[in-house]
This record gives sequence, C-alpha cells and structure tokens, in this order.
Amino acid sequence: MRLLEHESKEILGRYNILIPEGDVVESGEELKIDGPVMLKAQIPLGGRGKSGGVIEVSSSGEAKEKIEQLLSTPIRGYGAKKILVEEKIDIAREFFMAVTYDTVAKDPLVIFSQEGGVDIEELSASQPEKVQKELFTVRARLPQYRAREIVSEAGISGRILLGLGAILSSLADIFLDYDATLVEINPLALTGDGKLIALDCHIEMDDDALYRHKDQAKKLALDNRYEGGRKSTDFERKAAEIDSLDHRGVAGRMIEFDGFMGLIIGGGGASLTAFDAVKQHGGKPANYCEIGGNPSVLKVKELTKHILTKKGVEKIAIIMNVVSNTRVDLVARGIVKGVLEAGRAPSETVAVFRVPGAWEDEGFKILSKYGVPYCDRSVSIDEAAKMAVERAKP
Amino acid sequence: MAILADQDTKVIIQGITGREAASFTKDMLDYGTRVVAGVTPGKQGQKIHGVPVYDTVRGALKEHPVDASVISVPPGMVKGAVLEAVENHIKLLVVVSERVPRKDVIEFLEAAREQDARVIGPNTLGIISPERVKLGMAGGPVEDVKKAYTPGNVGIASRSGGMTTEIANLLTTHGIGQSTCIGIGGDPVVGSNFLDLIPLFDQDPETKAVVLFCEPGGIIEESLAELVISQKIALPIVAFIAGRFVDDMPGVRFGHAATIVEGDKGTAKGKIESFKKAGIHVAESFSDIVKILRNTI
Repeated sequence: MRLLEHESKEILGRYNILIPEGDVVESGEELKIDGPVMLKAQIPLGGRGKSGGVIEVSSSGEAKEKIEQLLSTPIRGYGAKKILVEEKIDIAREFFMAVTYDTVAKDPLVIFSQEGGVDIEELSASQPEKVQKELFTVRARLPQYRAREIVSEAGISGRILLGLGAILSSLADIFLDYDATLVEINPLALTGDGKLIALDCHIEMDDDALYRHKDQAKKLALDNRYEGGRKSTDFERKAAEIDSLDHRGVAGRMIEFDGFMGLIIGGGGASLTAFDAVKQHGGKPANYCEIGGNPSVLKVKELTKHILTKKGVEKIAIIMNVVSNTRVDLVARGIVKGVLEAGRAPSETVAVFRVPGAWEDEGFKILSKYGVPYCDRSVSIDEAAKMAVERAKP
Repeated sequence: MAILADQDTKVIIQGITGREAASFTKDMLDYGTRVVAGVTPGKQGQKIHGVPVYDTVRGALKEHPVDASVISVPPGMVKGAVLEAVENHIKLLVVVSERVPRKDVIEFLEAAREQDARVIGPNTLGIISPERVKLGMAGGPVEDVKKAYTPGNVGIASRSGGMTTEIANLLTTHGIGQSTCIGIGGDPVVGSNFLDLIPLFDQDPETKAVVLFCEPGGIIEESLAELVISQKIALPIVAFIAGRFVDDMPGVRFGHAATIVEGDKGTAKGKIESFKKAGIHVAESFSDIVKILRNTI
C-alpha cells in the first residue's frame, strides 16, 4: 500500500526529520499560508512534477486558483482530493536516500546518493560511483555509525556527514518500525542556511503487516485520499460479491476483458497459464479469474451465471491445474447448475471442462450425464485451451 | 539422492493441531514420511493421527531425533515458530503459512542463515520426492500424489504450488519421472528461490534436468540467468513463464503476491530474453516442456 506524500511526511516528522512548513487543503478556500508556495497534488504516483502535479505560485490569489485547477484535473488517471501547500525551500544541494528489501540477498538494502532529485536507476547505471548501496540486517538495524560509513563512502565529509547519517539511520528505523517495503526521500535538500529538509517522500507499507499498524490501516482505508487508478468494473464488483457469499474457497476474483470466451480458471499459476494459452490459440477471453481452495457449489454456480450475463459470452471454459483440495465434483455441479439456471444447455455452453484431481470420477459422471465435453489429466492445460477455442468458433 | 529430504528424514509439524496441518500430517504419514512429533504450545499429550504432540520444539527433541520441521501456524506466529526451530538446530524448515509480514520473513531468514538452516517458503505447498518423502500439503492425499508424481530424474521448482503438481503430472503422463519437486512459495521473498535451488539440483547426481515454473514480477529469473552464465551451470533447465499477458497491465496483481509488473520491471518478456541469453530453454507452450526435455536428456 502506497502512502501519499503528506502521509509519508507525517511519519518523517515523528522521527524528527525536518519537512517543509505546510498544510494539506481540500479546496482553495482552506488556504492559510501567504506568499510564494509550492502546490503538490496528493496522488500515489512518482514523476508528478513532469505531469503537472506540482506547481510553484507567487501569491495566495494565484495559489487559490491553481489549487482548484489541481483538484479538477486528473493526472495520469488519478484525481487529487488533497493538495499539499508548502513553503518554498532555498535549495543549495540535493541528496537521495532510500531503504527497501533486496529480494535476492534477502536483507534490507539502503541506497544513498550525493545527487538527489534524479532518477536513481539512471544515475546508478551511468555513474555508479555516485550511488552507495549497502545491506543491513533487521536484527542489527542501521546504527548511526553505519549510516555515516555509507554517507562517507559516497564521498561526503564535514559537518553535514553527521546530519545525513542521523537521517539515514532514522529512515531505516521508519522502514522497520512501519513494516514498510520502501521508504524514499528524494530529494533531501540542504538549504542555504545549512538545514537538511525532506522535500519529497514515498513510503510503501506491507499489506500483510497492516494488521499491526491499526491507526495507519484505518487512515489508508478512508476513501477521501484520492480518486482513480484502475477502478473495478460493475462486472468485477458483482463477481467479488459472489465470492463473499460464503467463506468456502475462492470463486470470484475477477478482471474483466473485452472478449467473448468466459473463463473459470484456477489456481493462481494455472490461471495465468490457461489465460495465456487461450490467447495464444486465438481466443478472446471475456475475463480473468481465479477459483480454488474448494469453493462451494453455490459460489461456482453464481459465478457461472454471472459470466454468462456478459454481452456476447456464448461459451465458457473451465480449466484448473490438477487439484488436491478442491473437489472436482463440486466444481462440476456448480457449473452445470449455473448454466442450467442461465437457461442454456450445458453441452453447448461449456467449451471444455478440464479439472482433474480429487473426486474426479464423481465429477466426470455429472458432466457426462449432461453431455459436457470434459478431459482428464492426460490433456494438458494448453491442449484444453486449444480445444475450447476451437469449439467456441462459430 | 533426492535433494533436501529423503525417506529417512525425520519431521516434526509445528502447529499440528490446526485443521489444515492435521489433514496434511495424515497425507504425509500415508505417503511414508517419518512424522515423529508435532508441536502446539498447550496441547502436549494429545495425539494427531498417532503422532505425539509436545508443547515446545525442545520438548519434542528430547524424545525424538529431528531433521526437518513443517510449519503451519497463523501469520503473526510464524516468525516465533521458525526461530524456535532454528535455535533448536533443525536444519530444514518448510513454511506453509501464507501472508507472513515481509519483515518477519527477512528476520527469520537472517537467523536461519546464521545457523546454516535452509528454509522453503513461506506460502509454499511443500516438497515431494516421489515415493520417498512429502513435506507439507503438496499433491494432497496419497492416492492423488501417486497419480501425479513418479520417481525419476527431472527436478521441478515452481513459484506456484498447484503448478508443481501440474508439471509433475505432465511429466508422469509422458513417462518422465521426477527427482525432487519444490513449490518455492508465491511471495516476493522466499527462503529458497531458483538461485538457491539450481546449484543443489546441479550437484545432485540423480537430477538430469530441471523444470522451472515462473511468473511475472521480481528479478529472480533475471538473476538466475546471470548465475547460470557466471557459474557455467551445465544442468539443462527448461523454464515455462506463465502470465505473458500481465506485461500489458503494470500495477495489477494477479494470483500470487509476487506476480505484479512494476513499471517495466519483472516483465515476462524480460525474463524470457534473459533466460534465452543464458541458454535456459523457454517452453512457448506448457506442453512444449515435454518436447524440450526429450531433446535435452
């Protein structure tokens, strides 16, 4: 979960890292700061400056007008609901610092650069000597002396080394204390009068750890943060409702596509495999979904009916990997019932049923009774997808 | 020799009294795995399918020699369970639990590394070396495992638990047996990823080739390609990369927590290119895995 800039900066403040004086407003009317300020649209995206999401203004009259403009103009699909208004900082020099996990080394990684406000990956590739990267451990954390070593290795000395070391060490604390997967300050500014101030900050929190950050989780669940991103379609929302009919297994995690072949596929890896295979053989999927964990007959039935309501969907294909805890007979029963309740013929509507594994004999019995074309484990996922595409041809 | 575990491996189950753990304990026993004890704090004295339950790992170790632990406890308790096993010198840990906070995973992996213990998972269905041993839920009940898995010379490592069985089944259908089959876990950070496992398969005299099941997201595949080149690994590797369509939908997560394309990073296309450069065979369709294996071994 990505925190917005002002949410991230609030955390920096708690760790005594300086941030610009500022205010979060939801309209031009709320503006309190006078004089030249920076206006920053609060959306969960990097590169806002280049997309017009950050505006410098010289008077409060101009600020009010531009705040309304930022609130009403979507930026790369996102609409800001809040604008961060900040004092303008006199920048003498900029730095970059970040902490994330190195998934190969399996340890936290700290990155420091004596050049900030840049694309760190580009800089890392073109001038690697300017970017210092070091691993540390969750258990030992990043004490200030280690942080200073890193800053020093990046070619910085003098009084500023102490300030940078302290901030870098605090950043590692924030990373660990907040169960973050990324914290980044870019740029960290050195002002004309020698202060270090975080001008922009980006924090990502681990969704699986939100349960131990209840206050933070509550804020992140509010719907007044921003608008946009990829919104669920009605079709997807209805599928999610079906999935929450009961707690047995998963049947409904859905993403809508604009094709005609309905798909009931699972589990995670097999869904990807089946979807690719349908496309590879020229099929046009109407949806992606995942079923698994032994879903109830009710959920499978409702999901089947639901997919058949989508315009142009005449055929559905049911493809899963060899299952061990999902029961084939329950899936088969749900599919057949769903097709019948939708007023269609199972033998015509199901393009292929390829779910081998636990209780398959019972499942295959149901399918043969209704003339549904099914295949057993000797037919691979991509072969089943090919059969489905061929049978779906008019 | 299979890798990681064999028919002599003595196993405890941490969290054995949980519904899911009790169920896979039975499946493991039926498959011939030597489950010697279970651990659930406060439940000492109970028996689960004949396996004695202890309050602590240390208590279990007083009565039984133990080589490996399968851990199936709620997400918030996983770190403690792994540390308990590691500090009691158990050298192989299979962490079945899902949704474990990333920081906890990193922390217990640090502890495991210090003690030279190997971790598989979290979020793994487990390991099967056909007709020898089964650790975790992989493959389900014994009759299902027997249909899908047969002993042989091809290793499997997969980012998807279900697809581990699917690949074994594909190979078995075509008369190709397996040495050791591992679901590495669907999380961005797992104890043993392809980089950790390929060298083990490479050193195993019984394994003649390895099949990998890959998904978009992360940089493990790209790093593996570099490893294969730098270490001059000659073991034939056949990779299947699922989710090519995910490349067109950056930022949308499909299936596993790790399956997400961020910006232009972790794309299926990028992984395929790095593999090809390293001489790793890429199967264009799932069934092609068999053809490529026949040509390479």
